[in-house]
Formats: sequence, C-alpha cells, structure tokens
Amino acid sequence: MTETVELPVSREHGLELLREMLRIRCFEDRCYRLYGETKIRGFLHLYNGEEAVAVGAMRSLRPTDAVVSTYREHGHAIVRGIPMPAVMAELFGKQTGCSRGRGGSMHLFDASRRFYGGNAIVAGGLPIAVGLALAQKLLRQNDITTCFFGDGAVAEGEFHESLNLASLWRLPVLFLCENNLYAMGTALDQAQAETDITTKARAYRMAAQPVDGMDVLAVETMVSRAVDEVRTGCGPMLLELRTYRFRAHSMFDPQLYRDKAEVAQWEKKGPIITLTKRLKALGLMSEDDYERCERDANAEVDAAVQFAEASPWESVADLERFVYAGPVA
Amino acid sequence: MPDPLPDSRSAMSYRDAVREALRSALIADPRVFLMGEDVGRYGGSYAVSKGLLEEFGADRIRDTPLSESAFVGAGIGAALGGLKPIVEVMTVNFSLLALDQIMNNAATLSHMSGGQFNVPLVIRLATGAGRQLAAQHSHSLEGWYAHIPGLRILTPATIDDARFMLAAALACPDPVLLFEHQYLYNMEGHLTAGLEAVNLHNAAIRRAGRDVTLIAYGWSLHKSLAAAEELARTGIEAEVLDLRTLRPLDEQAIIASVRRTRRAVIVDEGWRSGSLSAEVTTRIVEQAFYDLDAPVVRVCTAEVPVPYAKHLEDAALPSPDRIVAAVRTVLESSGSP
Repeated sequence: MTETVELPVSREHGLELLREMLRIRCFEDRCYRLYGETKIRGFLHLYNGEEAVAVGAMRSLRPTDAVVSTYREHGHAIVRGIPMPAVMAELFGKQTGCSRGRGGSMHLFDASRRFYGGNAIVAGGLPIAVGLALAQKLLRQNDITTCFFGDGAVAEGEFHESLNLASLWRLPVLFLCENNLYAMGTALDQAQAETDITTKARAYRMAAQPVDGMDVLAVETMVSRAVDEVRTGCGPMLLELRTYRFRAHSMFDPQLYRDKAEVAQWEKKGPIITLTKRLKALGLMSEDDYERCERDANAEVDAAVQFAEASPWESVADLERFVYAGPVA
Repeated sequence: MPDPLPDSRSAMSYRDAVREALRSALIADPRVFLMGEDVGRYGGSYAVSKGLLEEFGADRIRDTPLSESAFVGAGIGAALGGLKPIVEVMTVNFSLLALDQIMNNAATLSHMSGGQFNVPLVIRLATGAGRQLAAQHSHSLEGWYAHIPGLRILTPATIDDARFMLAAALACPDPVLLFEHQYLYNMEGHLTAGLEAVNLHNAAIRRAGRDVTLIAYGWSLHKSLAAAEELARTGIEAEVLDLRTLRPLDEQAIIASVRRTRRAVIVDEGWRSGSLSAEVTTRIVEQAFYDLDAPVVRVCTAEVPVPYAKHLEDAALPSPDRIVAAVRTVLESSGSP
C-alpha cells in the first residue's frame, strides 16, 4: 500500500511545489494549443496529471546526478532546470532548442544538467541508466542515476535485464516507474499477469515501494529517502509512482479505451488540486496566491513561446552535422 | 607490473594480436574495461580474453549475464558517463538482441542531442562462417550495420589491424563496431616491424596489380589474395584492396584502383541482395562508369541461411575458385587485358 500519512509542509515549501507543478501544467496546456496551431508537430505526449512525480522526484537530486527519461519528458526537463525557452524552441524545431531542433518533443537533452534524454523506445533508457551508474560507481563519483519510465516499459525485456544487472552489480540507480495505468491504450491488467510492479523489482532482490504519485509531498519524501539510500552504495531501488495521465496518450489518440468518468474521477484527486486544497485547509495559502503562481507560470510560458517564435531555424547546410563527433573523411 | 608486451617481430595469431590489443588498451587507460558474456572466467568464447581477468581484475574484465540489450546499453551509458567500454558480443547473430541499443541509441545520440553527447563505445563482435556452425552462428551482418549513419564499422583482416585497430577505435569519439572474422582467429602472421598505430580511414592495397581490382574485407581478403596468386600463374595481375572500414567507406581508394585496372570484382561474405557489395558496386558505377572495361561482378554468399554440412557451407561461401572464375568472366567480357 502507498503511504497515506499527512506530511508536514510550510507555506514557502508548499508554494514552491505548487509553482513548479503549475509551470509544467501551463507549459503543457500551451503546447496543446500550439499543436492545434501547427507550431509544434510530430508526436506530442503531455504530462498533465503526472506533475507531482517530476516535481517531487527531481528536488532530491544533485546537479551532478544523471537523469534518464522517456518520451513524456517535458515536465522532467523543465524541473531539472533546462530553461523553458530552450525546451519550447526544441518543440518548435528551432536551432536554439535544447537539441538544436534534431530531437523534438520526445528527445530533449542537456549535457550540462546531466539530462540524458528523452528516449522514445519504451524501456530503451534503462540499460543506459545502468551504464551511467556503472561509470559513477567505477569512477567513485558518489553520484546516482535516476531513470524514469512508464508501466508499459515493465513488459519489455530490457526492464528485466536492466533491473537484474543493476542489482547484480549493486549500482546506484533509482528506477522511477510512472505507473499511469495505461501503456498507450492498453490497461496494465490487460498486459501484465502481475500488476504490482514492485513485486517484479523485488524478484531481482531490489528494495521497491509504491508511492501515491498524485501527492507531491509523498513523492518528495519517498524519493528523498530512496536517493539517500541509493547514494550510500547499497544498490539500486525502485519506486512505483501511481499516477494518471489526464490528457490523451498523444495528439492522435481518441481515448476509446477508457471512460470519461474514470478520467474525471482521477482529475478530482489531481496533484495540483490536492496540494492546493491541503495548503488552503492549513491556512498556508489563499486564492490570490494560486492565481499569482499561475500568472507567473503563464508569463514564463509566454516568454518561452516568444523566444521560440523569434529563434532561427538550423541551417540546412548543417543537416549532417553531429552525426559523428570525430572526423569523417 | 604487467608482463611486457611480446616482441613485435615474433609470429603471432590473430587471436593473440587481439588479446595484445586489449592488454595494451587496458594498460594505457584506466577508463578502459571489457565486458561481455564469458569474457572473464571462461576466457572468452574464442579464448581472446584468456588471462585478462587474472591480470586486470573483475571490475575491468566484467562477465555479464546473457542480456545483450542490457549490457550493450550499459556500455553506451558507461561511455556517456566517462568510461571507455569495450563490449564483446559473442557473435554478430546475438547482436540482434541488442540492435535496439545499437541502432536507436548508440548511433543516434550524438545527432539527436544536437552534438551534446557522444558515445565513445567499442563493440567487438565475431562474424562470419566457415566453421560449420549453421544458420544462427555464421552470418555476416556487418554490411547491415554499415547502413547506419552514426556508426563506424571496422573489419580487421590482418595481424597488424587485429593488433592496432582497437586502439584507434578507442581513440575515436564515436561508437565503433569491430568485426573479427571467427575463421581468422587461428591465422598466424607477423606484425609489421616498427608499426605502432593504424588509421581507420583508409582502405589498403594488399597486393598491387594492373588487370583487375578485387575488393574485399575480412576473411574474403585472404580468399582474394589466394585467388590473385592463382591468377598470377596465368599472367593475370589482380590488385587486392582491403576495405578495412566499411563505414565510412574509403571511396577514393576504391575509385582510384578501379580507374587504374578498369575492372572490378567485389568479394563479400554477406548476401548479395541489398549488401555492402551492392553499395560498393553502385559507387563505382556512379563515379567510374566510363572508366570500366567490363561490368562489375560480385562474389557473395549464396542467398540461403548458412547450412551446417561442410560441402553445403563451402558451396554457399565465396571461395578462391569462385573469385578466379569471376575474374575470368570479367576479363572475357572486356577482351583480354
């Protein structure tokens, strides 16, 4: 069972968490509109509903820790500190994008923030996370690697191979499974004989716990503990963050596989609503506070869009640049 | 202190040359490590890494579970994290279990990240047929890999290249796949005196000739050299070009040689359809069409999964006899040289 303890929170801390979640929410809502305006193309996977995971998880990491992510990674990228204008410019396909327009929504990268992408092959990032952690261990860096992936990845062989290898070699990896109950349109219980993901991790002799992924305070606390634990060198851990995706899988998904009532039910316990209610009940914030946070977030998104609009396209003459780092002659 | 490296003037096998390449690399750079199935306690499935575990320890000679995708991907991650991994995949056939990591990650990360990340990873794979290992251990898929932008594909065929290509591959900031032909491990030869390094960019003329160019790599190089020897007895001087690097191809060397000899036979242990030999042919046709005195001819593996029975396997593979016959066809179609 996930922990249901009410965690203590201060006004300052609570508002900071709210602000970060709203930054993601406003960014994603704007992306949805910009897709309709054809400013953003390709596949676009929005993070609405799952904000508590990125915000709660990323706070415990050091700048030198490594982060490996999935194709639904705008939230991870923004909270990790990639400037919002660089993320938006990437979605626009501009030269100033964080991958110079070569990655798009699914492939955000930032070397200076140890953000290793944006992997659009489900479970494809897990072996890379294992290798990053192997380097951290062998180079005695005292850094750790966090690896985000969804419940769909659990069905892939790479999940099992990677958990085994990380555990066998006692590597400093924190596996963060964002279980939003659907692998695209296939419900977890339609695809998995064992739907408790922590059970699978324990089969590889790895400590694993479920977390209420809609409660940012719970995520923050549990991830913080896990990060400390993994950093001591005792081996990898897995947290299953139980969450829900409010929007469609991508912009091409008519959502035939789930009831509107189910979505509405989850929206009621959304991470932003939950935290806001809590802070208000504790008398730590007012409606004005909420509106100010939202206004600030939207202003940041506005600036990011302006930056992306004004940015140049990569020159076609540079099309083949970066395919090789070394000389090609 | 490690044992001194063997005297470069003494004879050594291709296997020993690869082992010495590994030892030198491990001695030269503490970031270098080897991982793969049975590389440690077993000594490598082709006995290439025998003794290295004892010399360098289990952190640097790292046995892996049978999880090709995870340990090749871990090699990519370790390379991103600042190490210099050498990943051994037991045969190219098994590399298909790691194809996602090689294709979708190793080959793409540099470009997809706008040049922020590069993957200095070396993957060593045994390739090829000739040992009656049948259809799941005998294929030559290096031509497939040569299709992929972002990868560098090496095919050491000589003792010198077996000894020195690895160091050049490790110095390269890109993912390199190094294909060691399994039939060559027992080949004996001498290192070139004084040689200390090789480059990864140039094809090499292994035998000069004026009448026809035999373009080959890997085990096919040695078959081509045998064929050239046979042809010389009847007064036909074949030039033998060792491609060495299949991606990027040394197009200049190919075109220059064909312009001199005006005839080309390509010997490729891959299948003919959609193959490396097709690529080389096309480049010749694109760039040296009017220099040719005869159509380009290819000697490839028959389009079957490589069979077990010796006579069937032999019949499926390129052989000196087939190469000689192909050269005679080329010469007949163009009039004698």
